[in-house]
Amino acid sequence: MLQEETDLSVIIAHIVQKLRSSRLSTQLGFQASVSLQKPEIKLESLKEDIKEFFRITGWEKKLQNAVYSELTVFPLPRHPAAPPEHLKEPLVYMRKAQGSWEKRILKSLNSMCTELSIPLARKRPVVEQKELLNKWNEMGTDEPDLSLFRPVYAPKDFLEVLINLRNPNYENGDHLNLRTHLGLIQVPLKVKYISELKDYFIELSLNTGQLGIDDATQVPPELFENEHVRLGQKVLAEQDSAAAQQYVRQGSPTALRAELWALILNVSNQPEDLLYYEQLKSNVIQHDLLVDSLIYKDVKLTASNDDYYFVFEDYLYQVLLCFSRDTSVLGHFAYNSASPPKSYIRGKLGMEDYAVFYPPNGVIPFHGFSMYVAPLCFLYHEPSKLYQIFREMYVRFFFRLHSISSHHSGIVSLCFLFETLLQTHLPQLFYHLREIGAQPLRISFKWMVRAFSGYLATDQLLLLWDRILGYNSLEILAVLAAAVFAFRAVNLMEVTSLAAAEAVLADLSTLKVMPLLQIFLFATVT
Amino acid sequence: MSRVQVPCHIKGAVALQVGDVRTVQGRPGVLVIDVTFPTAGPIELQEITFKNYYTAFLSIRVRQPGSPNKWITCLRDYCLMPNPHNEEGAQDYVSLYKHQMLCDMEKVLELRLILRQPSPLWLNFTLEDLQFFQHGPQSPSSAFTKWLSHPAPYEQPALLLQQALPDPDKVSSEVQQMWMLTEMIRANRTTARIGRFDVSCPAASAFSPLALTWPGLTSSVCVTGGWLL
Repeated sequence: MLQEETDLSVIIAHIVQKLRSSRLSTQLGFQASVSLQKPEIKLESLKEDIKEFFRITGWEKKLQNAVYSELTVFPLPRHPAAPPEHLKEPLVYMRKAQGSWEKRILKSLNSMCTELSIPLARKRPVVEQKELLNKWNEMGTDEPDLSLFRPVYAPKDFLEVLINLRNPNYENGDHLNLRTHLGLIQVPLKVKYISELKDYFIELSLNTGQLGIDDATQVPPELFENEHVRLGQKVLAEQDSAAAQQYVRQGSPTALRAELWALILNVSNQPEDLLYYEQLKSNVIQHDLLVDSLIYKDVKLTASNDDYYFVFEDYLYQVLLCFSRDTSVLGHFAYNSASPPKSYIRGKLGMEDYAVFYPPNGVIPFHGFSMYVAPLCFLYHEPSKLYQIFREMYVRFFFRLHSISSHHSGIVSLCFLFETLLQTHLPQLFYHLREIGAQPLRISFKWMVRAFSGYLATDQLLLLWDRILGYNSLEILAVLAAAVFAFRAVNLMEVTSLAAAEAVLADLSTLKVMPLLQIFLFATVT
Repeated sequence: MSRVQVPCHIKGAVALQVGDVRTVQGRPGVLVIDVTFPTAGPIELQEITFKNYYTAFLSIRVRQPGSPNKWITCLRDYCLMPNPHNEEGAQDYVSLYKHQMLCDMEKVLELRLILRQPSPLWLNFTLEDLQFFQHGPQSPSSAFTKWLSHPAPYEQPALLLQQALPDPDKVSSEVQQMWMLTEMIRANRTTARIGRFDVSCPAASAFSPLALTWPGLTSSVCVTGGWLL
C-alpha cells in the first residue's frame, strides 16, 4: 500500500512539474487573476471559489485534457536507479541494435553527401529565398533534379535488420530446434494472445455497433448511426479528451473526425501555434537542408504517384519541410529508443560545444515517410493545424514504426504478434507459405511500417486510424494484417512462389477493414 | 525518507543442481547469492535495489542475531518476470522495501537471495547492481525551536477604528489575495526551460546556423501575464 501511494505521488509530482512549464499553466494563472475581480470570489473560500470558476468556464476540462494527454503519451517516471537509456529501451541488446542501425543510416547519408558534394545545410541566397516564398503554396510545380538522390533506406532494409535481431542470452543455436521460431522474428517478446486481444478490443465485438459496418447503406441509420453521431456531437460539446478517445473506438463520423482527433491529441489552434508554424516556415526559407531533397524525392516517388494523395503534394511539402526544422520533436527521444544524429561544425569534429542535431528534429526520412502525412490532408486544410496534428501523431505513434524497441506497439512486437496470430490461427497457410519461401512477414511488413497508408482506400484507412487513436496502440495493425491473410487464405494456399503470393496480396484497396477485423477477432473458429 | 547505502560483501552465485554439474545437460534453474555485512554488524534493512537480468522469481531468507542458526524467509517467490519465457521485466530496475517483507528486518546478519528461472530459453540469469540501504540519520526538523514554528498572534490595532478609517482587515484581505498569488507563483518557479535565450550555433562556412528561438512567442506571453513569469 505504502509503495503504491508513493508511486502515485511521484507520478503526480512529475505531471505537475511538466504542466507547470506549459502554456496552460500561464493561462490558468492569468484566468485566476482575472477571476479575482468577480464578486463571487471571496477570500474565505478562495480556493473553492476559483476551482468552481474554472469548472464553469471550461478551464478545468482543459487541464483534465492536458493531464490525460501527459498520462497517455509519456511513460511514467522510472526507478531512481535506472539511467535515461533504460526509459528509452529497457533491453540492452535492442539498444545496441538500434545504435548500429543508426550508424548505418548515417554512413549512408554521409556517403551520399560526399558523393554529390552537397553540404548538409546551407543558407539560401536572398534571391532564392524570395523565390521560395512566392512559390510556397505551389512547391509541387518545382522540378529540381533529384535523379542522383536516393532514399536513405527503405522498409525492406529495415526488415533485414529486424530479422537479424538476436538476444545474446537466448538459446538459439545454429541449427533448427524446438526453440527456433518459425517466423522471421527470433526474439521472444511479450505479445497478446487472441483471448487477450478479444478483451482488449472489446468495443469491436460483434454485438457493438461500428462505423464501417453499421453505417452501410442497407442498414437503417436509426439503428446505430444517428445515435452515434448525436453522441459524437455531445462529446465535442463537452471537450473531454478521454471521452473522445473512448468514443472513437467505435469509429468517428466523417463530419466530426477532424475535431475529434484534434481533441484526442490535445491540439488546439492557438495564435501561438500559428506563430510557431510561421517561424518554422521562415526557417525553411532561410536555410536549405540536404534532408529537404530527400523529402522532395520521397514525395515525388510515393504520394505524387498515388491516386488518392497526389492532389495534396503541396501540403505535404509544407508540412514535412517544416517538420524537419522543428526542435520540439527532440523531446520525444526521451522515450524513443532511437537517438537524434549529431553533426559537428566543420573543423570541430568531436567537440560537444559545436555539435548540432541534424536534421534539427532528429528524424531522417525514409522511403515512404510522406505517407504518414498524406491521409491527414483529407481532414485538415489549414497548414498549421495539419502540421500540429501530424507532429502529435508522429511523436505518439508513428515513431515506433521505424525504431527497434521492445515496446508492445513497437514494430518488432507488431511483427511478432502478426506471425504468432498467423501461426496460431492459420497454421496450414503459414506452413505452406513458409515452404514455398514466401514468409508472410515479408509481404505484410510494408503494410505495417506505413500503417497501411497508401494500401487501403482512404475512408477505410481513416476508420483504422480512428481505432489506433482510440486504443492508443498500434497492435490493431498486426491484427489487420493477419485478418487480410485470413481473408485471402484460399487463394494463397494455391500459390507456389513469393512473387505469386505478393500478386495475390498486391491490391488491398477494395477491402473493408472493420468486417475483416471483427471476423478475425470474434468469429474465427480456432 | 533518507537512506544510507550499507557496504556489503556479495558472494558469487552458486547454482543448485541435482546431480553432477559436468555430466548433466541442461542449465540450473536456481541460483543462490549470499550477502554479508562484515563492517556494519546486524543492520536494520530499509531497501534493496537491483537490476534484474532474466531472473523470474526471487526469494529472500535472512539470518538474525536472535536465532543465528535459523534462516527465516522474508520474501517468497516474488515475481520479477510475469512470463518467464518472454522478455517482459527481464532487464528492469527493482526496489524492495521493508514493508513488503514477511518478517521483521530490524536486525539482519546475513541475507540469502534465491533466484529462480524455470524457463530453459535463457542461457544465464542473475541480479546485477545489488545495493542495500538502511535508515539515514533523523532530519534536523525535530530540533526546531518552538518560537519559530508557532508565530505569536498579532494584537488588534484598537486605535484606528476610532478614527473612522476603513476596516484594516477588509483592506488587507483584498491586498492579500494578490500578494498570495504572486508568492505562490514565485515559489513554484519551474526548472524547465522556456527557451527564451536559445542561442543559435555560430555561423560557419559549411554548416548553417539552425536558429530556432521563440522571440515573438515569449514576448507575447510576457505581455499577457507579465508578472507571472
